[in-house]
Amino acid sequence: MSVRWVLILLLWTQGALAQGFAGLGSGADGFAVPRPDPVFDFPADHGPHPDYRIEWWYLTANLAAEDGTEYGLQWTLFRSALAPGEAPGWTSPQVWFSHAAVTTPGAHHVAERFARGGIGQAGVTAEPFNAWIDDWQMAGETLDTLDLSASGAAFRYDMRLEAEGPLVFHGDGGFSVKSAEGQASYYYSQPFYRIEGTLDLPEGPVAVSGSAWLDREWSSQPLAETQSGWDWFSLSLDGGAKLMGFLLRQTDGSSYSSATWIGPDGATQAYGDGAFAAKPLEVAEVAGRQIPVRWAVSLPDKGVAVTVEAMNRDAWMDLSIPYWEGPVRVSGSHAGRGYLEMTGYE
Amino acid sequence: MTRACLQALWSHWRRNPLQLFTFLAGLALATALWSGVQAINAEARASYDAAATTLGEGRFDQVLPKAGEGFAQEVYVDLRRAGWQVSPVVEGRLRLDDGAVRVIGLDPLTTPGALSPVAGTRDIDLSGFLTVGVLFADVATAARLADLPQEVVVDASVAPDTVLTDVGVAQRLLERPGTLSRLIVAPEQPMGLLPLADVAPGLMRVAAQGSSDVGQLTDSFHLNLTAFGLLSFAVGIFIVHGTIGLVFEQRRGMVRTLRTLGVPLRRLMGLMAAELLALSLVAGMIGVVLGYIVAALLLPDVAATLEGLYGAQVAGGLQLRPVWWLSGLGIAVLGAGLAGAGALWRIARMPILASARPRAWAMVAGRGRQVQGAVAVVLLALAAVIGALDLGLLASFVLLGCLMIGAALALPLIVGAVLALGQARARGVISGWFWADTRQQLPGLSLALMALLLAMAANVGVSTMVSSFRLTFVDFLDQRLFADAYVRGIDRDQMPGVEAYLIAQGYDVLPLLSVDTRLAGVPSELMGARVGPAYARNWSFVDAGPDAWAQVAAGEAVIANEQLVRRAGLWLGDALDIGDGLRLPLVGVYGDYGNPVGQAIVAETLFTSLFPEEAPRQFGVLGAPAEDLRADLGAEFGVPSSSVVDQAAVKAFSLGIFERTFTVTAALNVLTLAVAGFAILMSLLTLSAIRLPQLAPVWAMGLTRGTLARIDLLRALVLAALTAVLALPLGLALAWVLLAVVNVQAFGWRLPMYLFPLDYARLGVLTLAAAGLAALWPAFRMARTPVSQLLGVFANER
Repeated sequence: MSVRWVLILLLWTQGALAQGFAGLGSGADGFAVPRPDPVFDFPADHGPHPDYRIEWWYLTANLAAEDGTEYGLQWTLFRSALAPGEAPGWTSPQVWFSHAAVTTPGAHHVAERFARGGIGQAGVTAEPFNAWIDDWQMAGETLDTLDLSASGAAFRYDMRLEAEGPLVFHGDGGFSVKSAEGQASYYYSQPFYRIEGTLDLPEGPVAVSGSAWLDREWSSQPLAETQSGWDWFSLSLDGGAKLMGFLLRQTDGSSYSSATWIGPDGATQAYGDGAFAAKPLEVAEVAGRQIPVRWAVSLPDKGVAVTVEAMNRDAWMDLSIPYWEGPVRVSGSHAGRGYLEMTGYE
Repeated sequence: MTRACLQALWSHWRRNPLQLFTFLAGLALATALWSGVQAINAEARASYDAAATTLGEGRFDQVLPKAGEGFAQEVYVDLRRAGWQVSPVVEGRLRLDDGAVRVIGLDPLTTPGALSPVAGTRDIDLSGFLTVGVLFADVATAARLADLPQEVVVDASVAPDTVLTDVGVAQRLLERPGTLSRLIVAPEQPMGLLPLADVAPGLMRVAAQGSSDVGQLTDSFHLNLTAFGLLSFAVGIFIVHGTIGLVFEQRRGMVRTLRTLGVPLRRLMGLMAAELLALSLVAGMIGVVLGYIVAALLLPDVAATLEGLYGAQVAGGLQLRPVWWLSGLGIAVLGAGLAGAGALWRIARMPILASARPRAWAMVAGRGRQVQGAVAVVLLALAAVIGALDLGLLASFVLLGCLMIGAALALPLIVGAVLALGQARARGVISGWFWADTRQQLPGLSLALMALLLAMAANVGVSTMVSSFRLTFVDFLDQRLFADAYVRGIDRDQMPGVEAYLIAQGYDVLPLLSVDTRLAGVPSELMGARVGPAYARNWSFVDAGPDAWAQVAAGEAVIANEQLVRRAGLWLGDALDIGDGLRLPLVGVYGDYGNPVGQAIVAETLFTSLFPEEAPRQFGVLGAPAEDLRADLGAEFGVPSSSVVDQAAVKAFSLGIFERTFTVTAALNVLTLAVAGFAILMSLLTLSAIRLPQLAPVWAMGLTRGTLARIDLLRALVLAALTAVLALPLGLALAWVLLAVVNVQAFGWRLPMYLFPLDYARLGVLTLAAAGLAALWPAFRMARTPVSQLLGVFANER
């Protein structure tokens, strides 16, 4: 059975794009649904929430070597539940999959892993924190100090992360609304990691350092059925401020936007639909698809009017669920680095 | 005009329904045997492919336990946590009310590549597949699973008698929680992996086979069948060729008439070709239907053979696969085309006003005798060269082809020479005429005689092979099964107690330990035996060094069966790696007929040091009648009586498998002989029509019709006898090639050749009877030929 098929079966149960990217738009039958005014319980909430359909631990990093060469790094673990709750052994309804990538100026290395819950091949524990699938791992005493590793056929990385700021909650205290109809998720981040370590690449090992951003999000129905994909930006601006913003594209051509402005001290300001804007400036052919590789991004309330451009246009994640994800450079009213994820470009 | 021409062409068949029947029947028979064999092969291949795809063993490396049948699931998780991209498989037999099925459990999330059949099924509910369970099986197997709680999905691509499901569901069905059978290794692995031995010391990695083991093993068997099919087809084409030649010659007059009436040659040729095509399609379709029947009748035996010989599972039901019925139709058209091309060409070159008299086509066929002789010599020489070089299986079939065709071509020349000799020695007028007339008829009969020669030689060759095999096999069973009774299939915890008890009773106990493994890359069984005098006394080797048993007993050497040794290209003196890098010298090679896999034997002590986990799976017990043992062990240990097997019962079972193995060959043999008999009948019938002008003068000189008929019958017998005499050496040569070349390649063992004069005599009588029967009707017709018809020969030329 091809892995692609599994995912299609798993996530695109009706086989229709109208269902939203990766099936995130389907109904929430039997699963718990995010409610407003969440009260988080840490460190327990760093661990899995098996009663919700989908959840992720999503880490991206902008890195640089001593010679100034820039790199991007991704480590993501997804949990997808076939049914709410947990069961022992192979009967567990929890399915885990994971994506890892290293982007260099000239190459984009990717790998993915799959695992069944219940047998120990993958999982997350909150205390001490450990998220793993096969030999890929993100682990530490707490979420503040993490060791991170992953490997593929043509890359491997071993990194160490240290948080230099507080957790950040998106939307209304971590309740992030994803559509006009009210679909929502629980969503918080740790955008203040210092990261350093070694990338093992086909051309040899490279010592790198930089900054990393961890997203934690779980839900049972984060997309409306009319939403076909998203463009998600996490930008670290010179001066210490950060901007998270996303566009959820509607099948009718309109979009739903949301953003969080994060001050250097971690103080946040959330913006609802319409405040944040992003428009493609240049579309390139990547992996046979038309992908925006340069964007005009603005948040007028904070005087942000920047151009966001892919560091390597070919950062296509050619995996069971294909999408674009890679490091970006920011110029204009503010300068900086960041990460861009674009899904639903079929 | 086209219609008038077609009517004219068709009128020939209307006037000669016998020729139409001969043409259709000959081609249909040839096609039937060919497509029957193809259908069997296609069915078997489909089963292997399904099995190979189901298991993924052809394309991916595997990780297997070094010993035993399974390992803990935690080892799989350890390997994954170490980065190894492997996917778990659990397999086993699930008992149902009506026998057992093979259950294979996979993890769809980690299985590499496209392992059918789950891949193609869009509408399954993955959640159901992973948790409640969905079983995939072919139609026949699915019907047997109705009592299970899981949902059953019919999928034709699943191997027969196999159920495919999720690994967790399979563990539950097989009652083997937490246990896996093997792992499939993904082709792409991450950087910097730890060696397998560091993570999972109890497992070993086995390279992908390229194709399935079963496919490789059985290839030669199918090549064998194909060769038989081709032989039958060739015999059938002889018939068709003869008929077509005759038909076209007899139509010369009609062709001349049509052309002088203004039909363009091109149009006429086109119509005749179309006619040939239409007839061959009709014959081909009849042939395919007959072939289906032949295949359906033979398939269960072939399936039994393949399972007995190779352990290969083949579905018992036949499907209409385009691959074989199309090839059947194709070969019918091709065969008719081949047979008709020469005749059409002669018509095309015929001057428009050439004599309309039939040239007695059959007489002309004898021309070019020198060419025929030269080709025969070249083919036979080629056969000798290939035989001397030993070039492998395909070459040995080429050798067979050269030998058979060369001999067939040489047959008319040799028979002609013998007849000439007879004529020279003849005394008396009638005797002289008999020889001369027989020579005269030889060209017309030669195709039928060639067919008879081939059929008979194939019979002699194959029956010699089968009978030699049977003698060797019976002898081998006597050597092997020297213990009086065998105890097996009892609880492994009970084994030591039973063994101790039997020894205390004063019996000689021979425990047999075994693990399935790979030796020198060949799927094999490694056995541990308590080597004692009984082995040395009873076993004989194909080849062995001095003191072979003593060296094995000392744990210093290994002996192996012929299959393993030949497949691995080893022989005495070579070293065999029996696991964990232990290399022992090979000191003996033994025959092991009927065993699909390789086998090697080491001393019991050495075996237990290598595989301390393994307990004996069976005992041979010397000096104890099975009846007594059954009573003793039943009372003492509660061992079921079915676990104590009589030596005679084992022998009978083994012989049963053997007999079924050759049912197919025997059936094809009989069919081929029948086709040859049919060829003789048809040749004589057609000849008898042409021969009237030659017989009329003899009749006029005073020989009665009855005498003429008797002479004709005698002639058929003389020709058949001559052919039979020549078929004998050809058949023995064929047998030699089968035993010494084909068998070694196909099965992995070489057999001694025995001769069976009585069988050959019986076959000779049978052949004469067939020829006599075939000649009886033409002779009867001759005796009943109206006088007016004979007189008519003198009244006009025709």
